[in-house]
Order: sequence, then C-alpha cells, then structure tokens
Amino acid sequence: MKLRSGKRSLEKQTAAAWIFLAPAATAIIVFFVVPVISALGLSFTDFDIYALGNLGVVRFVGFANYVRIFETPLFWTSLQNTFYFVLVGGPLSVAVSLGTALMVNSRLTRFKPFFRTVFFLPVVTSLVAVAVVWRYLYHPAHGLLNHALAWFSIAPVDWLGDPSTAMPAIILLAVWKNFGYNMLIFIAGLQNIPEELYEASHIDGAGPWKQFLHVTIPMLAPTTVFVVMITIIGYFQLFAEPYVMTEGGPMNATMSIVMMMYEQGFRWWSMGFAAAIAFVLFAVILVFTLLQLAIQRRTET
Amino acid sequence: MRSLRPAAFVLAAMLLNLSCGSSQKEPAVVRFWGLGNEGEMVRQLIPEFERANPGIKVVVQQIPWTAAHEKLLTAFAGESTPDVSQLGNTWIPEFRVLNSLEPLDGYVERSSVIQLNDYFEGVLRTNILESTLYGIPWYVDTRVVYYRRDLLRKAGFQKPPATWEETLRLCESMKQQAKKEGVVRYPFFLPTNEWVPAIIMGMQSGGSFLTENNTRGNFHGEKFQKAFELLAQFYHKEYSPSGQQLITNFYNSFSDGLIAMYITGPWNIGEFSRRIPPRLQDEWMTAPLPSMDSTSPGVSLPLGTSLVVFRQSRQKEAAWKLIEFLASKEQSIAFYRITGNLPPRKSAWEDSSLARNRYIRAFYEQLQRVEPLPQVPEWEQIVIKLQLYVEYIATKTLTVDEALRRFDSEVDQILAKRRWMVEKGIAQ
Repeated sequence: MKLRSGKRSLEKQTAAAWIFLAPAATAIIVFFVVPVISALGLSFTDFDIYALGNLGVVRFVGFANYVRIFETPLFWTSLQNTFYFVLVGGPLSVAVSLGTALMVNSRLTRFKPFFRTVFFLPVVTSLVAVAVVWRYLYHPAHGLLNHALAWFSIAPVDWLGDPSTAMPAIILLAVWKNFGYNMLIFIAGLQNIPEELYEASHIDGAGPWKQFLHVTIPMLAPTTVFVVMITIIGYFQLFAEPYVMTEGGPMNATMSIVMMMYEQGFRWWSMGFAAAIAFVLFAVILVFTLLQLAIQRRTET
Repeated sequence: MRSLRPAAFVLAAMLLNLSCGSSQKEPAVVRFWGLGNEGEMVRQLIPEFERANPGIKVVVQQIPWTAAHEKLLTAFAGESTPDVSQLGNTWIPEFRVLNSLEPLDGYVERSSVIQLNDYFEGVLRTNILESTLYGIPWYVDTRVVYYRRDLLRKAGFQKPPATWEETLRLCESMKQQAKKEGVVRYPFFLPTNEWVPAIIMGMQSGGSFLTENNTRGNFHGEKFQKAFELLAQFYHKEYSPSGQQLITNFYNSFSDGLIAMYITGPWNIGEFSRRIPPRLQDEWMTAPLPSMDSTSPGVSLPLGTSLVVFRQSRQKEAAWKLIEFLASKEQSIAFYRITGNLPPRKSAWEDSSLARNRYIRAFYEQLQRVEPLPQVPEWEQIVIKLQLYVEYIATKTLTVDEALRRFDSEVDQILAKRRWMVEKGIAQ
C-alpha cells in the first residue's frame, strides 16, 4: 500500500513537472527545435528565389549544397578569416578580460565601481554607434590611430581598406567591445577565491607572481573554462562587426562564415545553400567545443 | 451568445462593405510603399490626389533603401505586399519571376495619361519582360561624368573628353601637372567597390554580358577583355585610387582636387550644390560619358525606379489611378522640384525648371543613349560579384584574363538553376 501510494505521488509529481515545463518546452520546440529541423531539411534542397515564386521548382539535391560549400573558394576564405578571428581575437579577448579583472579587483585600485562601469560600457553600447566612431579612428587621413603613428614617424595605414590590416582592425574593435562582459565574470570568480589561500601562500614566501600562477590561475580554472568556451562560440559567429565596418571587404578579407550565410540567404535568397552553411558552422563549433572539453578533462586528471 | 454579438455585427458590416465594393462612404485604401527619401517626399503629392479622387485613401509607408529589397521579398513570402510600390527597375526581373507583378499593358491602353512613346526608350525597356509591361517609370537615373573645369583647363582641356582614349591622355597630363605642383591627384575616381564603371565600359565594348539565353557568363569574351584592360589602366597608372578607404568623403576630395572626375548619378547635383565650397561652384560641371568608339555620348545605364502594382492587390483600379497621377507630366515635374529626381517623360523636360538647370543638360543627352542590362533575377548578384574581380584586377592580384575566366565560372554557378529551368522549359 505504502509503496503504491508513493508511486502514485511520484506520478503526480511527474505530471506536475510536465505542466510546469510545458510553457518553456513549447516555446523551445516551436521556436527552436522545429526551425532547426526545417532548416536541416532545407539544406538538402535548392530552395532559392525561383522556389519562392513557384514551389514546384524546389529540387531535393541531397548533399549537393554541402559539396558546393566545400568547392566554393569564398567559403574557405571565410573559414580562414573566421579562424583567424577566433584564434587571435579569442585568446586576446580572454587575456584582456582577465588583465582588467585583476586590475579592477586589486586591493590597490580605488574607485572600483567606476572602472567596472567604464570597462563594461562598450558591451552595452550599440555596435552601430560604436562603429561610426571607430571608422573615424581608423580613417587613413584624419584618423586618430594614424595620427598617433605619425608621432613615431610611421607612414599612415589604410586600416579598413588594406586586406592585411582589416582583420586586425576588426579584432581590435571586437575585443574592445566585448572584454567588459568576461571581465565581470572573472571578477566574480576572483572574489570567490578565499583570502586564506593568499595569506597561506604569503606565509610560505610566495610573491605576487607566484601567487598569481599557483593560486589565482588554478582557482580560476572553472571560470576560465566557461569564459573561453563562451567566447570561442561567440567569436565563431562573427557577423555584426564586419557587417557594419567593412561589409566583408576589402577583397573579402573580413568575410566571415555567418556573413557569407547572411548574404546567401537574405540577400540572394539561396536559402538551401545558406542553411547548409549554417550546419557546417554548427559542426565546426561543435568539434571545437568537444575538443576543448576533452583537453580540459585531460588536464584535470 | 452575448459576446458573439459584436463579432457578428462586424462580420455583417464587412459583408455589406464587400457587396458595395468601393462605395463612396468607405474609401478604397491604397497601400503605397515608397523607398528612402522618395517615400518621404511623395507624401506632399498625395493630398492633391485624394482631393481629385475622394473615393481613394492612400497610406504611404516609407522604407529605407538598404532594407527595401529584403522587405519586399519577405512581404511576398508573407503575402503582405502593398498595392503599389516603388521598385528599382533592376529588381523587376526578380519580382516577375515571383509572378508577383500585375501586367500593365491593358491599363496603359485604356489610359489617357500614360503615353509610352513619351518615355526614354532605354529606361522604358527595363520595365518590359517578354513583351509585357510590368512597371511605369517614376523617375530616371543614369550615370554621367562630374568634373572640375578648372583642373581640366590647367591640363589643357577646354572640353571634357569624348572618348576613353582622350580621357587617358587627359589623365596623364593631369598627373604630370599635379607632379609639377607637388600635389597628389587621382584624375578619374573609379571606385573599386562600385560595379558601375566596369559595366559601363563592358557595355560600350559592344559585347553581351551573358550568352545562351542568359544562362552563362560571357565576360571572358574578347570585347570585355578590351574593356577591362582599359579599366585596369586607370588603376595601374594611378589615375584612380585602387583602395576604397582613401576617399571617405568624396565631396572633400573633389573640392581639394585630390580627384577631378567621377562617374555618378543625378542625386549628386543637389549634393554638389550644397557641399562644394562657393568658390568652386562655377568650376564643376557634368558631361555625358566618353565612348569607346567615336560615337558620342558613350552608352550609359538605364537606372531609376518604377511604379508597380502587386498582383495580390485587391485595389488594382485605385492603385492604377495613383500611378497615373504620379506618372503624369505635371506631377513628375512637381516631384522633380521637391526631390531633384529626373522625370522619365521627355515632355516634362521642356518645363522651365529643368531647362534652366545647366547641370541637367548632360543627363538629357545621356538618357537618349542608355541600354538595358540583362534582365535576369541573378543580375544584381552577378554585378556585386564583379566588384570583387575589379578589385583583383586593380590590385594586380589577378591578370585581366585570369580574373574574367574565374568570374565567368562564378557566373555560371550563379546561373545554374536558371539554366536548368530554361532547359526544362520552365523559364524563358
């Protein structure tokens, strides 16, 4: 009897759980699962502008879109650019975030809330507004950056116009725009490190550098893993910065995968091809994230 | 039951309304999408239309140019297209493929306002596909040369050059002149992020951009080679800058004499009048394009926007009335006065407000010599791709021959679906 009633109450609880989950689950299914599955389906068709007018001309093309992606030179260029952005911009962003977090969190720093706010401001500022200012900074003739270079008698650089400097310029902007967010997470992580550890290490004779290496870094590892993963995933989806600054140019030097996908899908309405690009990007991000997890596990054990 | 009553009442009212059609009490509502500045300015013309047509109410929605194309496509996908819209005339093939435009031949036949022979022929042809008319030109746009008279004079040219050969000579002499003065000058600004100069030179070379019923690229043909070799000279001899960022404010560069010539459209007449300093106001002028052969002027582009009726519209008659009104000679002159947009009707150009403007002469001459571009929905995608190859040529990343070969294979790829549809007989 007892058992049965227990089972019944469990059933009741499960039912209640489902009811509570239903709104969120419905939203996820309707706005996420269904679109993702339809996009996957779409990626196996040649849905394009002609198909928009006449559904009869949609053809099932199997993996042709995927094959075409790998045959498109622009994809490799975009992939290369995206990796460039992720591998240079990602670590740089994390390093800057950690650096500023340490500074803001330092006992010697005064006006902490002020600095926290200032460093966080770029995150909440609209990128479009920021882009206007940064375009001036990068201006080849009147830009502040070239002005500064001129003091060291370095010839002016056409930052956004030269294919070799356009991506570094975008990375600089992105890092500046985004580091504040990760900085806050790092600060939270730093504040969670017990003060006793520092005291103990101090007694053991560790200087600030050793404390950083042997206390801060290991204690901050879970935060760092989180920050790195979120940053990498975010940076793989590079879009807004080149969209407003360079439109993917010059000579496609800042064309990212998402940028290419957007152009194919919404500009030319090649939805099938664009959907396929989305799934390739998904696969790339997935592989990277799994790789990261594997590395993390190995270092833990 | 009680709660149903208002609904039933509304339903009855709707039915009544339907049965009356466009009754005098309930005006027919025409939804009009205007793009950019035109969408704003057109509001000034509407009150007169509504006075003359008490049975019609016009709702104008303004859409920024940068979002217009996507917005129209999504409106079509969502079955919420307006009754009338302004449409870039290069977009007509795309919306024709979607079967979303109402053929207008019947309306024109019955119209006492629209006479097709009054329109610039090259521009009108952009509205005709498979001998069916889908749009009425609203204003026209073509490209001419804006130039600095003083700088040309200094280089020994009293008149703007009539041929490209002469243009090259002029550029060389300007370059020498600038060297003597110790200044930097790029005589002829041909931006690498604009497809216009490349397409104009291509058109003038006399080749056809696409072949095999517009299903394959033909840029690698001998004639285009010649055109692109010409274009390449401007970059390689530094007659034009090949980066894009050097000239961020074109008007300043033009005023400073960093550049002396530029191919652009009619909207810049107003911009030049505002932005060029007063001391130079008498020193800039417009001229029709140079040509490849000795005929003058050289062929230019038939751009502009048209007014179209969407097939899904329930107010086609009222929509057509609005188009007739906006396309009338009087209104196109009024529209010119408030926006500076050039009227598509030749008769409107006799009006004093146009005849008085000295900068407009070149456009009138040029509009007599414009030719349509290939009318395929993929065209915009093709020309945007072309910009990249112009950049490759300008920066010597690729030779002209290599660039055009590669470009052709990209064009073939873009046209693959069209090729299949033509083979199947689904498309023409």
